[in-house]
Parts: sequence; structure tokens; C-alpha cells
Amino acid sequence: MKKKTEFAKYPSEDKAILIVGYVILGVFLLAIIIPVIYIILASFIDPITLQNSGLTFDFSKWTTTAYQRVMSNAQIWVGFKNALVYSVLFTIISVVVTLLAAYPMSRADFKGRGFFNTLFVITMFFGGGLIPTYLLISSLGMLDTIWAILLPGAFSVWNMIIARTYYMGIPKDLQEAAEIDGATEMIYFFKILLPVCTPIIATIAMWQFVGMWNSYFDAMIYLNSASKQPLQLVLRSILIQNQPEPGMVSDMQSTAERAQLAELLKYATIIISSLPLMILYPFFQKYFDNGIMAGAVKG
Amino acid sequence: MKNISSAAVGGKAGSNKMHNTIVYVKQHWQLYALFMLPAVLLTVVFRYIPMGGIMIAFTEYNPIKGILGSEWIGFQNFTRFLSSPDFLRYLVNTLKLSVYGLLWGFPAPILLAFLLNRILSSKTKQKIQLVLYMPNFISVIVLCGIVRILLSPTGMVNSLLGTDINFMTMPEAFRTIYIASGIWQGAGWASIIYTAALSNASKELKEAAVIDGANIIQQIKAVEWPAIKDTVLIQFIMSVGNIMSVGFEKAYALQTDLNLNTSEIIATYVYKKGLLDGDYGFSTAVGLFNTVINVILLISMNALVKRMNEGKGI
Repeated sequence: MKKKTEFAKYPSEDKAILIVGYVILGVFLLAIIIPVIYIILASFIDPITLQNSGLTFDFSKWTTTAYQRVMSNAQIWVGFKNALVYSVLFTIISVVVTLLAAYPMSRADFKGRGFFNTLFVITMFFGGGLIPTYLLISSLGMLDTIWAILLPGAFSVWNMIIARTYYMGIPKDLQEAAEIDGATEMIYFFKILLPVCTPIIATIAMWQFVGMWNSYFDAMIYLNSASKQPLQLVLRSILIQNQPEPGMVSDMQSTAERAQLAELLKYATIIISSLPLMILYPFFQKYFDNGIMAGAVKG
Repeated sequence: MKNISSAAVGGKAGSNKMHNTIVYVKQHWQLYALFMLPAVLLTVVFRYIPMGGIMIAFTEYNPIKGILGSEWIGFQNFTRFLSSPDFLRYLVNTLKLSVYGLLWGFPAPILLAFLLNRILSSKTKQKIQLVLYMPNFISVIVLCGIVRILLSPTGMVNSLLGTDINFMTMPEAFRTIYIASGIWQGAGWASIIYTAALSNASKELKEAAVIDGANIIQQIKAVEWPAIKDTVLIQFIMSVGNIMSVGFEKAYALQTDLNLNTSEIIATYVYKKGLLDGDYGFSTAVGLFNTVINVILLISMNALVKRMNEGKGI
């Protein structure tokens, strides 16, 4: 009831503005919810029915074929496993390198701070580009190895700036007290500073994890072996290139049947591949929020 | 503090300073050797060495002969690109995609933040935010997969409209698809930063405005806009700085053979020319052209904002 009275307090022209606003918000929400529900429903419908008449609530036309076929495909699981390995390792390397570098950069007395800052910031705006980077990776012998995925993007200047800003917000008393107690730099950093920085560490870790999990470009250009493909590349051949993994549709007799089935498999593939992050993200949302606020502080 | 060790040393100011530095580095060697080294190493190897590789752009690059062995051809790769009939199309495609993307995509999260700020119950607000943020966690590939199946001739959009239009093969539909799906995916997430800034807007100020009989428009002008103005400016400069780096990943995943007329942007062209056709020197030149325009845009934008905003830029 309180809401209603709050709303009633507004003068009438404000009410009009508010109603327009709520409608816009409502449309935006529906634009997100409807496709999601449509894809979930469509993934259970018999491929021929789906192509000819779209969604149906005649449950005799419902089937879990698509899920069985996608789940029983080995390449999808190879993709999941690789994506998990790449994302975990990348997150660890990236967080360690970034947190370490942010510490000296956060100290006013650090000699060479200006130099290092310039060195890093230039790379945010200028780079060699695709081919020179590719040729470097190639000449380092890193083509088709995990290192091509893990190393080039491991140090993020942007995340370093965010971590540095966070360190600088930690009260100086803490460091002074530590120095009086005779703590060395290493002890101060690992035992005192890092434990109070867990929110920002969690945020950066999750950014890097989600970023790696969802990207496909580096894997596309650097990895050739099917056994090394991360999930997004497997998804790419199913969803974008219309090439379902061999075995997913090959038992179908006609080309038309194969095409219909391939289309249905896309729906199930989308659901299966997005489910892990969709389920996990609400639990981590508060960390993401924190991180964005930290990033909002001018670097 | 820094001068404690040097006070005893004396001598010329220059060598004194030098000496200070040496003493500092000796005392704090861990800061350099342990904390900075990994980041510096990664930066030099994977960022600066490729910058040196830009030389390829001025050669007829031959992978067997290497950079120095390849024939030096000056600006030929650049003139070849600038004089090719496709140059203008790729440039215009890139610019249109990002400028229209900015015009539509930039205000969207700000609008959402204003709307969310007016939701009175914080529980409802949280639920709405949960839905709004969700698309951000979908990968580019899955997003483009969703777009493709929803827009396919037998997909959701066509069955709602009762038509069978193949949107993905229409060059004139590409930009709308690209930008609308971008807003669909990113606007909710991007609104967080503005929501945070709005929640900093002083509650007292707002209450005072309400008591004074300010209507919503006046409240926005006097209280809410000033609270997010700086954030908006910073975000704007950053977006302009990224105008030429429109996402390769998404453009490439939304391309079909038939919509290339509008969907081929410089980034996808660089990839195809370089890695698919093996025309390394030319591809590098095109990429460099892109980067340079980007840097120029960023610098001039920052200068412009500084002038408008009483000397505050980034």
C-alpha cells in the first residue's frame, strides 16, 4: 500500500512521465524475457513442427532429442573442459600479475612510477595490431599451444589501475603500523594488504574468468587442433557456421531432415552452453557491482 | 623521508639524485624484481615487440625472408588501400556502425539508470536489475546465435510478424541488428555505473527539491543530472576513443556472404586479408591506419571535453 501512496503524491504531469518511464522499462524487460522463454520452449519441440508451425503446446510434439544429441556429443564436452582449463589458468595468471604490479604503482615513493605508468598506458591506446602480434606468437613457437591463449592478454592495464586505486584507498595507518612492527614489504603486501582487498580481487578474477570463457577470437586464430578448442569455438561451428558436430545429425536420411534437426540443435546448444554462467552469476552479482564502482573512481 | 640516506653523502645535486635512486632500488629491489617484472615482461614482449613489427606495413612481407629481408616498399601498401574502390566502403561501414552505435547505445544505459532510480521498492529494483544484467553474461557467439535463430525465416520474429524475411542476408538490416542486439546485451550492465552515481546524489537535496515543489524534470535537472555528469563525460570520452575499435568478434559472427556490403568493417577486413589471404604487409598497413585514426580521435575528443568542461579531461 505504501507504494501506491508514494505514487499518488506525484503531481499529475509527473505521473504521466512516470507511466511512460515504467512502460519503457517494461518493454525492455520483456525484450529480454520473451526471447529467453521462446528459446527454452523451442528447444523441446519436434524439429519438423518447429519449422512448420513454430511453438506449440501440444505436448505430443515435444521431445528431448536435441538435448540428448548435444549432450552425447564428445566435442561439446571437450569444449567445456578446455574452456574451464583456459579460464581458470588465465584468471590465476592474470590476477597474480596484475595485483603484483599494482602495488608499487600505488606507492607515492616508488621510483620510476611515472616511467612505468607511461609504458603501460601507451598500450591501452596503441598497439602493433593483428598481424605483428600473430607473427610474434608464431615465432615464439606458441601457435596451437595454450600459452598463446594465456599469456598475451594476461596483464590488463585497466585492471591494474583499478587495483591500484583500491590499494590507495586503504588507510595509510595500516602500512605505518606494519612498518613500526618491523614488517617487510613482502609481509605487508601478502599478509596485510591483500586480505583487506578481497572484494577487488574477486571482482577482477571474475571479470577475467567471464571474459576468457566467452571469447573466441584468440582461440580461432591461434589454435588449430580440435582437441584444444574451447567451448565458444565449438559453439561457433554449430550456431554461426551451421556445421553441427559430426554425429549430431548424420543419422538423418534427407538433407531437409538434417537441416531441421541442425536448427533445433541450436536452441538446445544455446541453453546448455549458457546455463552455467546464468545460474552462477546472481550469486556473484554483488562483487561485480563493487568492481564497477571501484572502476568508477577516476584512475 | 627519501633524503635520509643522501643527507650524509653530500656532493653534487645530480650525482646525489642518482645515488638516491641507486640506494632506493637496492633497498626496494623486491618492488622491481618481483612485483613489476612479470607485468613489464608481458607488456614489452606482447605489446611493444608487435609495435616494432609495424614495419611490416612498409614492406612486401615475405614470411620466409623475415621482416628485414623483405622488400621495402614505403607507403605502397597504404596507397593501395586508400586508392582501392572498397576503402571508402569499409571506412564508412566502420564509422557508421560505431557512430550510430554510440548515438543509440550511449544514452540507453543512462535512461535505464534514471528509470531504475524511480523504482521505489528496493526489492523490485533488485529483481529488475537481475533480469537487466543477465544478457551481459551471454557470450558473443551465443548472442549472435540467438540473433540468427530468432531472425531466421522460420524464427520467432517472422512467426510473430507472419512473414518469412531472411533478415541476416539483408545488408540494410545489419546495422540495426548489430546495434539493437548490442543495447539488448549491454545497456543493463552499463547502467550499473550510473545507478551507482545516482545513489550518491544527496537524498536531502532531493527531498528539499520535492518540498519546494520541483517536478520530476526539475529534479532531474537540479539533482540527478549533476550527480552523474562527470561519469557521463568520462564514459563518453572512452567510448569515442574506441570508435574505430568496434568489436571484431561480433561483426564477424553476424556476417553472412550476403550482408557484407554493410557488415565488412576494417577489423574484419584486416583479419581476412592478413590471416586468411596471407597478405601480411597490406593487412598490417590497414590495421595501422585504423589505430592511428583512433588515437587522433581520442586525443582531439579529450581536448574538446577539456575545453568544454573547465579543464577537466582524463
